[in-house]
Amino acid sequence: MKSITRQKSLEEITQQLEGLHRLYLVGCGTCATMTKTGGKEEVLAMKESLQGAGKMITGWTVIPTACDTMTEASLTENNGAIQSADCFLVMSCALGVQKIASYNGKPAIPALDTLFIGVEDSPGLFHEVCDQCGHCVLGYTAGICPVTACHKGLMNGPCGGTNNGKCEIDKNRDCAWTLIYNRLKEQGRLDLMKKYQPPRNSQIVPRPRVAKVA
Amino acid sequence: MKQGFRETLKSGKFIITSEIGPPKGTNLDKMRHHIEILKDRVDGINVTDHQSSVMRFPSLGGCLEIKEHDGEPILQMTCRDRNQMALQADLLLAYTRGIRNVLCLTGDAVPVGDHKQAKGVFELDSVQLLRAIKQMESGKDMGGNDLDGAVEFCAGAIVTPEAKPIEPQLIKFEKKIEAGAEFIQTQAIYDLDNFARFMKSARQYPVKILAGIVLLVSAKMAKYMNENVPGIFVPQNLIDELASAPKGQALNKGIEIAGRMIKTIKDEKLCDGVHIMAIGKEEVVPDILAVAGLNGHV
Repeated sequence: MKSITRQKSLEEITQQLEGLHRLYLVGCGTCATMTKTGGKEEVLAMKESLQGAGKMITGWTVIPTACDTMTEASLTENNGAIQSADCFLVMSCALGVQKIASYNGKPAIPALDTLFIGVEDSPGLFHEVCDQCGHCVLGYTAGICPVTACHKGLMNGPCGGTNNGKCEIDKNRDCAWTLIYNRLKEQGRLDLMKKYQPPRNSQIVPRPRVAKVA
Repeated sequence: MKQGFRETLKSGKFIITSEIGPPKGTNLDKMRHHIEILKDRVDGINVTDHQSSVMRFPSLGGCLEIKEHDGEPILQMTCRDRNQMALQADLLLAYTRGIRNVLCLTGDAVPVGDHKQAKGVFELDSVQLLRAIKQMESGKDMGGNDLDGAVEFCAGAIVTPEAKPIEPQLIKFEKKIEAGAEFIQTQAIYDLDNFARFMKSARQYPVKILAGIVLLVSAKMAKYMNENVPGIFVPQNLIDELASAPKGQALNKGIEIAGRMIKTIKDEKLCDGVHIMAIGKEEVVPDILAVAGLNGHV
């Protein structure tokens, strides 16, 4: 499972950096390295681009996992370069940005957009499998999630937009309900699809979502 | 005052409905003109709900216009733009203003329309919306709270007889009927043999089926629909027939095809009626009905 990110345009990055000239770059050795958005190579390329745009880079690092509790320890090692920077430019998912933003009062500016939590199907191909909706229906849907795999998140079968097993919004994407139908049929469990599914509860854990483990 | 649509459904007569698309803007002249043309010729007029996810004057507003013109509106209601509170509130308003028919739809996906960055809601699906109506008819809202004044609607839904694969569609079709759909409008059908096969299984359900008739205006349109519109199949012989029409006569050929299909459906009793979608050419619906021998139907 990986946090899937996409680099923002250089234009948007520089817009966010208005008034901030001395930057400390932070990459992430886990998801953003896997997705080639915030590994060592991308951090060095960003360094060059921003220098070209007239920014001063005081230093850079690739933290093993930007979202974990070791972030602070990793950054302490580079304290001199950080102290002299106006801000962090963070090339990790939003989890890492928020962690770093809480570190020493310096602004943490995201260089990436966080798209979804995905799994890797084949090298370099990630797809979203769970929306963390709070009420799992996979037991009724042959292990294929209609909340994430159906564009509309439908609970009671396909819409009229399905076409030859593909989705209304993209001929290259599978219709989730065709997949669910096919697998339930193989399993001899089509009765499950005939069962009425009530509307989902949008307030299982009201936002902002918090859980405390005893 | 026209007969209520539910009474028409129960009467056993061949049912004809049609639809209008509200304008993008506040100029209602064309929509009112279409209402005038249709109101005394068909048994009910659907008003589309931001069809193809293109933002327009609301379906509910169009239905109120139909009421003001003494027609029988069928409120199309999609789940794309409103959460359950907004859907229920609109149903309460519709009921108090004399609207008695609702067609429950999932709604097209947002990215196919003209507000590509908008949020698609889809909190409910069409089956859940049908059940919500039943719950409101029992005097309770979806939160289980008492309503001070309930609603009563003749609720309908849709099915796509040409969907591939058809089996998942049929499962949902069955769920819609279990959820209280009294009538079903189909996606456009053109191959009557395929439709007759679909009706063989659909007939066993206690629901009125209205075959969807979309007016073809050119061979190009037919080919486009075959390639791009899910669940539509125009057979080659109809495409050839349209293509063979003399220059400027393709629309007349399309009217002839639509009228002929309606006549066959009625004569062979393939289903309970038709729903005519002229997609912007509502002024030719009387011509289609004339070809079908059904002018002066109502």
